[in-house]
Amino acid sequence: MTKTNRKKIKRYMEGEVAGLSIFLIVIVIAFSLASPRFLTGANLSSMAIQLPELGLLTLAMLIPILSGGLNLSITYTANMSGLALAWTLQAFGGPEAGVEAFILGCVLAFSVGALSGFVIGFVVAYTKAHPILVSLSMMILMRGIGEFMSHGKDITGFPQFVQNIGQGEIGGIPIPLLVFIACAIVWHIILSRTRQGFGTYMLGSNIMATAYSGISTKRNLIILYTLSGLMCSVAGIIMLSRFNSVRVGHGESFLLITVLACFLGAVNPFGGFGRVVPVVLALIILQVLTSGLNILGSNQHLSTALWGIFLIAVMVLRWAWWRFSIKIK
Amino acid sequence: MEKIFKTHPIEAWLLIIIIATSAVLSMLSVQYFTLVNAFDLLNSISINVIFAVGLLVVLISGGIDISFAVAASVIQYVAFYVLSYLGGGNWFIGIIVAGGLGVILGAINAGLIHYFRIISIVVTIATFNIFFGLLMFLTKGVYLYDLPDWWANRVIIFEHEMANGTWAELTLPAVIMFGAISATWFLITYTSIGRQIYAFGDNPEGARRIGINVVAVQFIAYGWMGMMAGIGGLMQAHFMQEIVPNALIGRELDVLAAVVLGGATLGGGRGTVMGCVLGVLLMAIIQNGLNLLGVTPFAFKAIVGVIILLAITLSNVSFVELRAYLRMKRSQ
Repeated sequence: MTKTNRKKIKRYMEGEVAGLSIFLIVIVIAFSLASPRFLTGANLSSMAIQLPELGLLTLAMLIPILSGGLNLSITYTANMSGLALAWTLQAFGGPEAGVEAFILGCVLAFSVGALSGFVIGFVVAYTKAHPILVSLSMMILMRGIGEFMSHGKDITGFPQFVQNIGQGEIGGIPIPLLVFIACAIVWHIILSRTRQGFGTYMLGSNIMATAYSGISTKRNLIILYTLSGLMCSVAGIIMLSRFNSVRVGHGESFLLITVLACFLGAVNPFGGFGRVVPVVLALIILQVLTSGLNILGSNQHLSTALWGIFLIAVMVLRWAWWRFSIKIK
Repeated sequence: MEKIFKTHPIEAWLLIIIIATSAVLSMLSVQYFTLVNAFDLLNSISINVIFAVGLLVVLISGGIDISFAVAASVIQYVAFYVLSYLGGGNWFIGIIVAGGLGVILGAINAGLIHYFRIISIVVTIATFNIFFGLLMFLTKGVYLYDLPDWWANRVIIFEHEMANGTWAELTLPAVIMFGAISATWFLITYTSIGRQIYAFGDNPEGARRIGINVVAVQFIAYGWMGMMAGIGGLMQAHFMQEIVPNALIGRELDVLAAVVLGGATLGGGRGTVMGCVLGVLLMAIIQNGLNLLGVTPFAFKAIVGVIILLAITLSNVSFVELRAYLRMKRSQ
């Protein structure tokens, strides 16, 4: 990649952040003019509580997409991690379980997430099967195991402090949001400052060239899918603590939304390009659209449709911009 | 026989696995190898097969369609209202209306993909959300039970009374399934446009340069998928005798897994109708077998998941390379 090329891409990405920020400001102004209830503390805090679940799952989806793949098993991996924590808490007395039980449960939850990611990464790396298929079968497997072991029932009854994690605040900011911000920062650092992150981008650009330039693509793939699995565990634990229950299939509808959020956040569908910041902006836009429309009296389904229309609109705009920039030259 | 293994290895392997599984199942369960069970199996896989052959054409053209199952639900509702506006309709009108609506929805996908150069997975994820969101918003999630009689009543094409008094029945969806299979097979194997779909999926730029009408190829591939989604949706409503807005959601990934199991690739240019049907059949046989063996239904999906994961892993391991690797290890 030549220097001018990189500059061009950099400018394009900066433009993406600017474009998304302007759009965000416009819709925030529009909604606050349309309804006095939009810019109130109650609405902002409900937005802040709802954002992290989708956000954490989107982070889990982001790294595989950057490497040119996809991880379709994220929602059920999150469910299975939540189940692992739930069973540990139940084994130690349900509502009476102590902090040690919670920590043990979290370790187990992370092991489940990491194992799921590791298997996907291993199969993708060593058999060169398409990641969509491998993660799809992992999704079916995770859903199957989860349904088999929980029989599709809700598992509830956790200690008070677990609920406090999901519903509490530190300095006025909900804890799930803090967790999400921390994870986003970690992801940003991994992607922009580490060998693993660099390798991930290179895998997405050209896997053969990456292998020939001496990067262990196999190791990189395994680590990146394991990271994705670990992020699912974080999402699973947050979902458990927020709803005070676990059910297999919870958050199932988020799966395709996470992909949508990544594409909105200017992540290249073929991999190789994309950053954490625009993706977070895209997530905030989706959340603002949902909450704003909700306040104006519309329902969740209309916002789902609007998310789709919005994605198409952004893609068409990018296409128009591309045509325009060719003409200028 | 050896020739088949060389030209169609995946189909041959699937057939062997299906025969082996069937042999084991017929030993374990007396009910397995009966006409009643065979017909039940055919009736129950029919809707997935109709979807699968449609998806196959899209996969061969190098694209992917996530939205077809939701599109089928949309078509069920629209077809219901269009048919009641037309005064009830019958099977002929029903299939024309559902297929036509499907072609329109498929054309929306194809248009967005072709004219705005957006990749198929992005477009179909977007249309998935648009279709489902609008469907739930406009219908408010209402169930429809009062289907016209022709639509709701079971149509038995062939029946045979068994010695123990049970009836083996082959119903309409199974016949439509055979129609869909033969039509798709004819389209992609014997027509010029079908071969062009393969060429386009294998190398879009190359296909464009040798003068293939790229627009037509994409519209036909997604239109065909849409038509199959419409007909499949019509059959699903017939099978269940009701229309439920979220009945089909989630099926897109199961069908995708089955089609890919049958040898179609996400890169395009590959896949046969035979493999696709065998892929769906294998998944159905495994479920049917587990059912007859008395395994709890909760375990089905886990077992199916393991099998797909193994199949995908194994089908990508080259045994020649593996043997060479082992020989190298041994000689060291």
